[in-house]
Amino acid sequence: MTEHDKVLLTLQVNGASHEVAVEARRTLADTLRHDLELTGTHVACEHGVCGACTVLVDGDPARSCLMFAAQAEGSEIRTVESLAGDDGTLSDLQRAFSANHGLQCGFCTPGFLMLAEGFLAERPDAGREEIREVVSSNLCRCTGYQTIVDSIQDCAERRRETKETSA
Amino acid sequence: MKPPPFTYHRARDVQGAADLVAELGEDAKFLAGGQSLIPMMNFRLARPEHLIDIGRLRELSFVDARADSLRVGSLSTHRAVETADLGAGFAVVRDTMRWIGHLPIRARGTVGGSLAHADATAEWCLLAVLLDADIVVAGSGGRRRTIAAREAFLGFYTTVLEEDELIVEVLFGRPAPHAAVTEFAERKGDFALVSAAVDLDLGAGTVSGGRVALGGVGPAVTRVPEAEQVLQAGGRAGRELFEECAHAAAAAVEPPEDGDAGTEYRKALVRNLVIHACEEAVAR
Amino acid sequence: MTFGAATEGGEREPDLRVDGSWVGAPVTRKEDPRLLTGGAQFVDDIHLPRMLHAAFVRSTVASGRITSVDLSRVLEVPGVVAAFTAEDLHLGDITPRLDRPAEEHTETSMPILARERVRFVGEPVAVVLADDPYAAEDGIEAAEVTYDVTPPVLSEVQALAAGANAVHDEAPGNVLLDVSMFATDGIDDVFAEAPCVVHVRASTGRQNALPLETRGVVAGWDPRAQQLLVQTCTQVPHQVRTALAGSLGMAESAVRVLVPDMGGGFGIKCVVGREEIAVAAAATRVRRPVKWIEDRKDSLSASFLAREQRYDARAAFDETGRILGLDVDVLCDMGAYSCYPFTVGIEPLMASSEMPGVYRVPAYRVRGRAIATNKAPTAPYRGVSRPQHVMVMERLVERAARELGLDPLEVRRRNLITVFPYTGVNNVTYDPGSYLESLNLCERVITDEGWYETKRTAAEQGRFLGIGYACFNERTGYGSDAFAKRKMQAVPGFDISEIRMDTAGSVVVTTGTMSHGQSHETTMAQIVADKLGLPLDKVRIQQGDTDRVTYGWGSFASRSITIGGTAVALAAGNLGGKLVELGAHLLETQRDNVELADEGVRQRDDPSRALSYQDIADVAYLKSHLLPKDTEPGLQASASFDGVGDGTFSNASHGVVVELHRDTGRVEILRYVCVEDCGVAINPQVVDGQARGGIAQGIAGALFEKVTYDDNGEPSAASFLDYKVPTACEIPDVSMHHLETPCLFTDNGAKGAGEGGTIGAPAAVLNAVNDALRPTGVELNDTPITPQQVFDALTGALEVAP
Repeated sequence: MTEHDKVLLTLQVNGASHEVAVEARRTLADTLRHDLELTGTHVACEHGVCGACTVLVDGDPARSCLMFAAQAEGSEIRTVESLAGDDGTLSDLQRAFSANHGLQCGFCTPGFLMLAEGFLAERPDAGREEIREVVSSNLCRCTGYQTIVDSIQDCAERRRETKETSA
Repeated sequence: MKPPPFTYHRARDVQGAADLVAELGEDAKFLAGGQSLIPMMNFRLARPEHLIDIGRLRELSFVDARADSLRVGSLSTHRAVETADLGAGFAVVRDTMRWIGHLPIRARGTVGGSLAHADATAEWCLLAVLLDADIVVAGSGGRRRTIAAREAFLGFYTTVLEEDELIVEVLFGRPAPHAAVTEFAERKGDFALVSAAVDLDLGAGTVSGGRVALGGVGPAVTRVPEAEQVLQAGGRAGRELFEECAHAAAAAVEPPEDGDAGTEYRKALVRNLVIHACEEAVAR
Repeated sequence: MTFGAATEGGEREPDLRVDGSWVGAPVTRKEDPRLLTGGAQFVDDIHLPRMLHAAFVRSTVASGRITSVDLSRVLEVPGVVAAFTAEDLHLGDITPRLDRPAEEHTETSMPILARERVRFVGEPVAVVLADDPYAAEDGIEAAEVTYDVTPPVLSEVQALAAGANAVHDEAPGNVLLDVSMFATDGIDDVFAEAPCVVHVRASTGRQNALPLETRGVVAGWDPRAQQLLVQTCTQVPHQVRTALAGSLGMAESAVRVLVPDMGGGFGIKCVVGREEIAVAAAATRVRRPVKWIEDRKDSLSASFLAREQRYDARAAFDETGRILGLDVDVLCDMGAYSCYPFTVGIEPLMASSEMPGVYRVPAYRVRGRAIATNKAPTAPYRGVSRPQHVMVMERLVERAARELGLDPLEVRRRNLITVFPYTGVNNVTYDPGSYLESLNLCERVITDEGWYETKRTAAEQGRFLGIGYACFNERTGYGSDAFAKRKMQAVPGFDISEIRMDTAGSVVVTTGTMSHGQSHETTMAQIVADKLGLPLDKVRIQQGDTDRVTYGWGSFASRSITIGGTAVALAAGNLGGKLVELGAHLLETQRDNVELADEGVRQRDDPSRALSYQDIADVAYLKSHLLPKDTEPGLQASASFDGVGDGTFSNASHGVVVELHRDTGRVEILRYVCVEDCGVAINPQVVDGQARGGIAQGIAGALFEKVTYDDNGEPSAASFLDYKVPTACEIPDVSMHHLETPCLFTDNGAKGAGEGGTIGAPAAVLNAVNDALRPTGVELNDTPITPQQVFDALTGALEVAP
């Protein structure tokens, strides 16, 4: 039994450095899930359409099923596991999803969270229609999307309010 | 849906990448953003033996917008172009980015990858053909050449690029202040059923010429000289002229019949989208 | 108490009740924190030592005899550990049974791996085990299977043609089920004499239920328990245990089915998958745990599909629009195999029984058929037939209104059932609902929002706006009596719940239902918390473990809250009785002088004399010598509940406004209004979520999703590029409105809420499209409606309806 070419990689994930030796063909999604045991990132289509595997690569939302782990070397990766505080306190975005019932089965949820996390960082002033267009990046089969849009809009509005208050 | 095995190479510079692909032969492919190649590999529809990752070639990631020209490095992402200030002359390039997939795809997908993949509805191919862009490529042994976009796309996913050639930049040498791209797809972010692009020569409410390009009507994006002749003949920028142009465009193409749409429907979409594009171009 | 107040942090107060009751409060879900943080455990998140990964060699032809299977090269692939064919594993077939005579039903079997014959593209032929899924996929590519190909049967016409190839030898005519029901005396005369007879032919596309999480399983021998541990994402764990043990020839006690977090199901996971069994068998052979995660390509093309139906329906009306009779022929393309436990009868029997719906239909005749074709098999999918037959029924009503020159809403009003209970011509008794009220409210919302005005203005501008409605009910809470009418050999219905209180006064409650997104951990806890005066965090719901749950039928048919919710309520009530009894003993007073209070019991005549649950548990467990002589130690109780009569009917009316874009044929939904009545909503936020998500799936069926096959039986949709799941830009916001007609037999008045959204949407959307098409004279009755069809209709390229 021979193994296919492996590559030795150093990945920066959620602020920590990880060394892994994986086959070159291993996707970032599989590496995160099965080598780093960060199973919060989900895989549901493996052709870049559903977005369940969305993570942040240098701050931008990206499909981790459409990246080989080797391509991620040198980039900062963030997954859903990075959102809550160390003590498990939910972030404002996570709380907004819960308050607005923006998730049901929860399988697509990490993808939507990371999509929104990256998007709101870049476009904190986004309105509902712009949010809806971004939400259309990923698929959800449970919610009908409305409460996902609600959740992200709610979070954005609260962040703007907080910013105004503190300004 | 796991990709087949391959050997991974990481390019340090453009020349090294081109030389390596020449050395490895036809089973080697460049890997840029991977947003088209990796899905095909996951379906095992593409099975390169070697991938040469050019993702680190930061020198290929730039957007250089000037009043009369626009250079876009091949590794620039669609998102980088979408968020750049390209000025009035090239606003159409920026605005067209929104038609490409979705945000996460635009954040990884690259200009060069899109041109090299040459999908029949690819927005970058459409823009390049519409605006008579030049595509600069680097080959092994230090070769460089410039390909006119209008001669670059041969058919289904086929370009004139040699196997050892790597796109380094695309150059738009002519501002297009009155250009627009519009598409129709069943769902947001889908590949277009039909896409239409126009670039009008417009002065004081009068059209004196222009270019029309279409996607989704054949194996590759294409210019439509028949429709351009209508614009060349000129006239007041308005519905009448645009309808004539659109009819000429629809009459000139024979789109394929497939599960998504029939020939006549696609021709009708051509007609209506060309009119929309013209109106948008005037309004710009 | 307060209701739904938002706090600064963005979340609602977690311990919030309405009028002192958890039921009815939109409490945030207990499930959410783990799902939001990546802490949930779905089946693909399970990792076991020495675990192997399975992939399936699948048939590349739709119909044929297997002439050879050569796996020798597979075993040479790096990383591959083993590979098995049907011959290697010796597994028993899955044979779903219906207790119906031979002229009505032909029983067929589904082998676990194909033997001798293959019947659809994607049918599993062999299983390959490897060190990782990449190697497993390399392995299946190396398999060499040859076939003697026979022409596939791919349509109703091909299936029913004289001399057609038989998909199953047992059913030479390819008809697996053929039932004719009701046939009211004199129905032909009714039609012959009726002043108005309308006819609708409609067909609906083959769909995929499409949970975001595909199917998957991890199976392995547990030497300590001497059990085969099967962790699988299923809606029906006990039925998987039965089928799996049967196929492997094991005692059911030697199999434990455990369900991890589940990423949706919608019906596709409420049947037993052959892959689940093959993986379990392979795992026992290699004595190592094996994981199989279905990939999307297989999920789209080779799992279970649904909904491909053809209706030929006539309805007779009098001059005033009253329905006189209904005569329906429904034919369901069930694909290659019958599913366990629901059988090939699932779609035709549902349609036959439920078609009259919310209307008074004095004469009814129906023929329902299931045919076999060389396509992927079918399973129940959210709504089962009702999205289709409600669509047809609503088209008949609209048709009649046009013919008679009446307002279609008025025609509905004249026919809606308004006096309850109502026993229909279909031998079904409907419990009280708000059929008329929901329609009236729906119309009022659409009217008050100015949509009729907007439509008029738009028409003047040459635009095409349409307004459409759908009225429907949905039978929920089927009990075993109601299910017995289907004549399945396995008759679902009841649910059993067991409850235990621990030394800290917290409870664990079992339910035989199986949440896969429906929020049972929260809603069932709300029910139990009310019964016992507990805070939500002291109630834990346990489901999805055949070793811990005595028996369960899982979740389907909107049964969980009605049947399961009542069972947990009754069990909690029984435990409450024990607590009162014990409390009375400890307080040294009469039993009827003691009542439950917040987290404890108190004396009615002197509330200051009280005991906390912890106090009582302390005695029940740690000082049992203080218990009365005839009282067993511990605090536990159980209860079972079965649906009553014909179950309980939820109902709703949907109103939709669409615009047809003349340049592209695009159907844009401008407004969606849903007025629903599922009785008492345990958690209104969850009910809204179920409705909205259901509506999205209904819209998907109306406008987007369809699996087709080419002439060789190759499925068209193996990716999300071809199978067009709508996104946030295609699915509109839904304006939700509620009416409440409590169920009379469930513990808290709740009716089921899981499927209604999906049922109403296709009819409402189709009616709206046809309303918009009115000026063209074209009527569209087949779904999904494509932009090209709408474009052709708008440009006069389609035939005008007679």
